[in-house]
Amino acid sequence: MSKTKVQDVDRSMYDFIKPEEGYERFEDGLTPEIVRAISEKKDEPDWMLELRLKGLKKYHEMSMPANWGPSIEGLDMDHISTYVSPKTEQASSWDDVPEDVKDTFEKLGIPEAERSYLAGVGAQYDSELVYHSMQDSAAKQGVVYSGIEEALHGPFEDMIREHFMKLVPITDHKFAALHAAVWSGGSFVYVPEGVQMEYPLQSYFRLNAKGAGQFEHTLIIVEPGANLHFIEGCSAPKYNVANLHAGCVELFVGKGARLRYSTIENWSKNMYNLNTKRSRIEEDGVMEWVSGSFGSHVSYLYPTTILAGDRSSCEFTGITFAGKTQNLDTGCKVILNGKDTKASVSTKSLSKDGGISTFRSSIVVNKHAENALATVSCQSLMIDDISRSDTIPAMDVRCQSASVGHEATIGSISDDTVFYLMSRGCSEDEARTMVVNGFANPISKELPLEYAAEMNNLIKLEMEGAIG
Amino acid sequence: MAEELLTISDLTAGTEDKTILHDVNLTIGRGESHVLMGPNGTGKSTLGHVIMGDPVYKVASGKIVFDGEDITEKTADKRSLAGIFLSYQAPVEVPGVPLYTFLRTISQMRPELKMTPKNFRKRVSELAAQLSIDEEFLGRDLNVGFSGGEKKKIEMLQLLLLQPKLAILDETDSGLDVDALSVVSRAISSYMSDYNGSILLITHNTRILEHVDVDKTHVMTHGHIVETGDASLIATIEQQGFESYEKEAAAELADEAEGAPEGADAVAEH
Ligand SMILES: Nc1ncnc2c1ncn2[C@@H]1O[C@H](COP(=O)(O)OP(=O)(O)O)[C@@H](O)[C@H]1O
Ligand SMILES: [Mg+2]
Repeated sequence: MSKTKVQDVDRSMYDFIKPEEGYERFEDGLTPEIVRAISEKKDEPDWMLELRLKGLKKYHEMSMPANWGPSIEGLDMDHISTYVSPKTEQASSWDDVPEDVKDTFEKLGIPEAERSYLAGVGAQYDSELVYHSMQDSAAKQGVVYSGIEEALHGPFEDMIREHFMKLVPITDHKFAALHAAVWSGGSFVYVPEGVQMEYPLQSYFRLNAKGAGQFEHTLIIVEPGANLHFIEGCSAPKYNVANLHAGCVELFVGKGARLRYSTIENWSKNMYNLNTKRSRIEEDGVMEWVSGSFGSHVSYLYPTTILAGDRSSCEFTGITFAGKTQNLDTGCKVILNGKDTKASVSTKSLSKDGGISTFRSSIVVNKHAENALATVSCQSLMIDDISRSDTIPAMDVRCQSASVGHEATIGSISDDTVFYLMSRGCSEDEARTMVVNGFANPISKELPLEYAAEMNNLIKLEMEGAIG
Repeated sequence: MAEELLTISDLTAGTEDKTILHDVNLTIGRGESHVLMGPNGTGKSTLGHVIMGDPVYKVASGKIVFDGEDITEKTADKRSLAGIFLSYQAPVEVPGVPLYTFLRTISQMRPELKMTPKNFRKRVSELAAQLSIDEEFLGRDLNVGFSGGEKKKIEMLQLLLLQPKLAILDETDSGLDVDALSVVSRAISSYMSDYNGSILLITHNTRILEHVDVDKTHVMTHGHIVETGDASLIATIEQQGFESYEKEAAAELADEAEGAPEGADAVAEH
């Protein structure tokens, strides 16, 4: 129970900038030359270069999303560098990571987390992974956890080719096409049949460079009967120019397998976070998403689950907190294809200081999904009266025997509650923070202890208005 | 009389658009027990909330001195830390905040309690046993889905944990079954005897006073304290009700409303 208590709050934990001297940085903008140069750096197979060029072509052909969510007009690709590298080889010991980069991850608590409760860690700094390591015990069971580019040079090339941008086709939307063209870094995870991972794996993405983009690709394959908890963390220091994150996550969950994917996203408030995450679940497989969105200026984030196999199921537990200058458009999409599939979506959204938080749920039940069951519950809390929280549910049910339910509530912090807590000694701020933490508690309960503490810390920072 | 702990002088207070309390004077000495009675809707709860500092109510005139300090302008948290406790007629539910975490937070705010984690665990266990609260409740969200009786017991748990100097107990006895009533009434008497606690007890029910020696009884009607006496006043009220006081207060109200004390009705009522 002690996890909801975070004593010291220090924004410097996220908001420090390291100089980029000596870094390799590609010129801003998007041209075939830049795409070729990225591909060349990575010495990758030809099919990948072809995919990149196709992506670039699509990117130029497709128009910007119109009439969708918050404006991204402030994002000008001509002023974004798609590739910045700290010019270091990927290390498997923190001692071999350059001092400034190592210091960054130490401040974020990554090596410590690795020592205490993770089975493996990947750390990306701008466009390149700088560290990747996994415990021997997991390696012995045949688990692969490495940089995806590294994996492309080994025996898993065919498997990657078979899955890479198959769940998220490059034509999916303009930023999927962009991702295909300039992706760099990210992790590849393979959990063989029946392997139960006792401890989570974690990849952490840090974008340090000003006016740059981060385009990591995460590909996870969990074979039948296997089990994995994967944690993704992200942060960046704040700049007064736009940064872009357009990552892509593709998750394949085999028959009877289980994958939990937890994210605490804390991008800085100059970030456009246009991220795409998708998973496909086979028979009896289970997908669990736990998602905390705190940072970024504008987010488009709608993790999608395709319940392909009969009796497969998914649970989505999410929280979005939009503070000053933030417009966070998040959501969750589930497509129920198999018989007796189950989806349960439960989300909380908060807004404060003029922030806008919109949650879109989309449930699609296809005609063969007999007896499918979906429930969606969205709760919003407005912390003041200049902020906005909306929920936009969409349901498309094509199967008569399916059952779909939705409930949404919007509330504010009641004066009675604040007075009650104050009458027991809490200051007004403490009382409000306690109510907000309580509101978020069902989500933090789903996170490992340390991440729950980080989330409470972020809530506290937001409540104090300490995040500029 | 014992040393003064709470002194309310000429207090007039209410909401933005309605005066609820009129010229209230009340003094409670350290270690004393006072009972406040009166018909429904006369302002008893309002008085409790105003003493605690509920911002819903505005003090139009008068002052409240607690433990030698003028607290009229102080916020509720300051009053709480100074030693005032209000047990609510309807305790508020706070989803997502486990009772145990909440208790730890509010006890840690009071360094004088010297609550090390170990002391705290032990103390909470003892109190739960004393109040017949199943320890399973400690893991549940504060007051969420608790029955009326359970909520009142949790208020008593906080009272005994925080050991305030003054406890305002607003109908802590209402809606309790016989067993719960006896638990709560023993808790109040142990608060008074173990910590030299002082109470202002708002009640309709004298059963709760079984374990408590009453020093003073006040009767409130229409926002006025119309009578103050000793414990024997309780028996009188039990027999006669509030009718005679009501008439008096109605007269006073009429005075105020018309601003003409010579008005025929007012004179007749007197
Ligand atoms: N927050 C409030 N807003 C408006 N009217 C109130 C408020 N609080 C109390 N009142 C009114 O003041 C009067 C006294 O209420 P209360 O103090 O609850 O009475 P009691 O506790 O004696 O039954 C009632 O008429 C009640 O409706
Ligand atoms: Mg009342």
